[in-house]
Amino acid sequence: MITELGHFALALALAVAIIQATVPMIGAARNNVAWMALARPAALALMGLIGFSFGSLIHAFIVSDFSVVGVYENSHTAQPLIYKISGAWGNHEGSMMLWITILGIFGASVAAFGENLPPALRARALAVQGMIAAGFIGFILFTSNPFLRLDPAPLEGRGVNPILQDPGLALHPPMLYLGYVGFSMAFSFAVAALIEGRVDAAWARWVRPWTLAAWTFLTLGIGLGSWWAYTELGWGGWWFWDPVENASFMPWLCGTALLHSAIVVEKREALKSWTVLLAIITFSLSLLGTFLVRSGILTSVHAFASDPTRGIFVLALLIISIGGSLVLYAVRAPTLEGGGVFAPISREGGLLLNNLFLATACATVLLGTLYPLIAETLDLGKITVGPPYFNGVFVPLMVPLIVTAGVGPLMAWKRGDLAAARLRLAIAAAVALIVIGVSAALQHNNWHDFAAAGGLGLAAWMSLAAITEWWERVKPLQSGAFGRLRHLPRAAYGMTLAHLGLGVVIAGVTASTAWKQEHIQTQAPGDSISFAGYTVTFEGAADFVGPNYSGQRGSFAVKKGERVVATLTPERRVYIQPQQQTTEADILTTPLADIYTVLGDPQADGKSYVTRMYYQPLVPWIWMGVVLMGLGGLVSLSDRRLRIGAPRRAAAKLNPQPAE
Amino acid sequence: MAKRWPYLVPLAVIAILFAIFGKRLVDVEQGFNPAMIPSVLNGKPMPEFDLPGLPGRTNDRGFKTADLKGQVSLVNVWGSWCVGCLQEHPNLVKLTQGSGIPVHGIAWRDKPEASLAWLRKQGDPYTLVGQDPDSRTAIALGITGAPETFLVDPYGRIVFKWANQITPEVWQKEFLPRIAQLRK
Repeated sequence: MITELGHFALALALAVAIIQATVPMIGAARNNVAWMALARPAALALMGLIGFSFGSLIHAFIVSDFSVVGVYENSHTAQPLIYKISGAWGNHEGSMMLWITILGIFGASVAAFGENLPPALRARALAVQGMIAAGFIGFILFTSNPFLRLDPAPLEGRGVNPILQDPGLALHPPMLYLGYVGFSMAFSFAVAALIEGRVDAAWARWVRPWTLAAWTFLTLGIGLGSWWAYTELGWGGWWFWDPVENASFMPWLCGTALLHSAIVVEKREALKSWTVLLAIITFSLSLLGTFLVRSGILTSVHAFASDPTRGIFVLALLIISIGGSLVLYAVRAPTLEGGGVFAPISREGGLLLNNLFLATACATVLLGTLYPLIAETLDLGKITVGPPYFNGVFVPLMVPLIVTAGVGPLMAWKRGDLAAARLRLAIAAAVALIVIGVSAALQHNNWHDFAAAGGLGLAAWMSLAAITEWWERVKPLQSGAFGRLRHLPRAAYGMTLAHLGLGVVIAGVTASTAWKQEHIQTQAPGDSISFAGYTVTFEGAADFVGPNYSGQRGSFAVKKGERVVATLTPERRVYIQPQQQTTEADILTTPLADIYTVLGDPQADGKSYVTRMYYQPLVPWIWMGVVLMGLGGLVSLSDRRLRIGAPRRAAAKLNPQPAE
Repeated sequence: MAKRWPYLVPLAVIAILFAIFGKRLVDVEQGFNPAMIPSVLNGKPMPEFDLPGLPGRTNDRGFKTADLKGQVSLVNVWGSWCVGCLQEHPNLVKLTQGSGIPVHGIAWRDKPEASLAWLRKQGDPYTLVGQDPDSRTAIALGITGAPETFLVDPYGRIVFKWANQITPEVWQKEFLPRIAQLRK
């Protein structure tokens, strides 16, 4: 019954979305206040209906109602509760429900917190949100209905894929979708602004918090996905340049560019049409990811069970939303130009350079991801584009980006002084050079070691430049430092944290790529191997039984010198339903490295096992850096300027003036 | 006012992408499988191998490259650990029965007892069976996963590889026309 109510609520939601998409838009065109005002209650009702619908689906998963097809296919009574719940979005239909639920939440947030938005802009932005919602609710109802029933109901479900039964993956999709869908806000505001033909500082100030929130979630979501791959897949890698990983990385790159260019619009009213374009493209790339994963047109470990009918539906949605917004852009954007002029050496110049590098990096990832598909469709042969392409093209683009990101924040708006900035960054540069020197002195076997030394130098540069900028503003050694510390805007702290986090990530990525060690061997109980100052002794493996799996648990004693620092217990699990084997790596995390152990196949004697061990230098820094970046985003979001909105309108309220 | 055409560039780029996606979708709809990897071995002779048989099987003399000469045959790579093979097996038994084409099996990454027990339980459609416990032959054959099936001509050359389960549709569409061609 609850399931049918959920289904019905979703159908009602479609009706509400259609109303939200049309009435306020017409109202804004005709300047009809009542019609425009409909946008807010509609957005709230939409969220309520979608929320109820998704809630009823989750309910079906929690109570293991196998008369619902999706529950039967993706759940099992023996699964722990958290994986019953996460199973609700571990499949195509359920994940689309999560997608629209988040869309509903974002729309309702604009309705609830958009008090100070101009009514016409709010009406139009919410109408665009309504259009997106209508498209995707229609997609779910007509091609991917999660409420389909089975009769007779099976007694037991087929269970969710065991490698997806992991806390990291329970949280990864919601985070990722909060990011993807969050960028719909920037998109809706961009389209609304194009319809109005006006982009100004106030617009940028409204768009920025939504972009920042989406960016923060996407950063954490990608980080979680990477962490999951690292801990769960048992190969010790954390990034594979898989098409679906790229699909999440492209909106991130583009969204990062948007985040920075929106600052220029806000402060200097320049780069307007570029920023609007970025807002459209960022969300378009999010949609593209949805399309690629679900249409079955390319192969990836992440692909959902796909079907071309769905693909055609999503492609139609893409053509309408992306094509439509770009037509609007082509018509309206030429009239947006103008605004502040600036010298090449300036804050704006730095941010523009940042945008160029990020956009180019995004384009190269897009090309690498789609090239096999394009080549095959045009009969140019079967081609795979692998990590060598991405590393070869992406890394060289990141180097100048990082150098710029260190200098940019120290530049003044309009016209910066490069010589002065150079002087202030002397310490950061010197430390970076020392890091390069020390690293090269310690490791210099091949050119990889020198490249890695350069990478560590860049990481030091990025982190120290971020700290230098903060130091310059707070001047901790001069009187009044405490006041400056307190009055420095949260947004400034946010930037410092995020840039610092990026530096930490770069260090982790560099060291783990260059100096990872892999040891694969057959070990009998008592056998040891030594690497990087550690001795790891295999103590044997024993059978054990878990809640919905059984298997063997190995035991490894990790010694540093003579001292036992940890006992690691990696597992080989065989899940009951579906019957599938997984490996659970066990990892010892130290500040400088991970010791990563995997228990492989048992040997004929029943006691020896194939074991894999990885020495992963600085991998923990990657996760730490991602957390710092996410924290930077959150701190920046709490900035007073964003919370109270644009002061210009507040002034206008107090002191009414004739229209400009 | 600035030139208008630069503002059309994003639209043009996305239009081209959409056209490609559309064609691709039509291809997929018409049965094109993006997961299928064309084997680089097509048309090449089967790599040399000489695999031991399964002790205890009625015919336990093993399986080697020379056995493929003289008639059209199929080589199926499977393992008792492989769920896809379990799903495929009834099709393999049914479809090849009475087709007059010998099917040989390579038990990949498996223990001989496990392979044999599995065949006893699921049925044994194979003429010859060889075991490849350490993947040596599988690597030479470019196996990406199990099950995979090779169609081999009377000269011992690989005609075609199917890197997935054989279903009745696949048998109809991919195998039978090629077999008919070979028999001409």
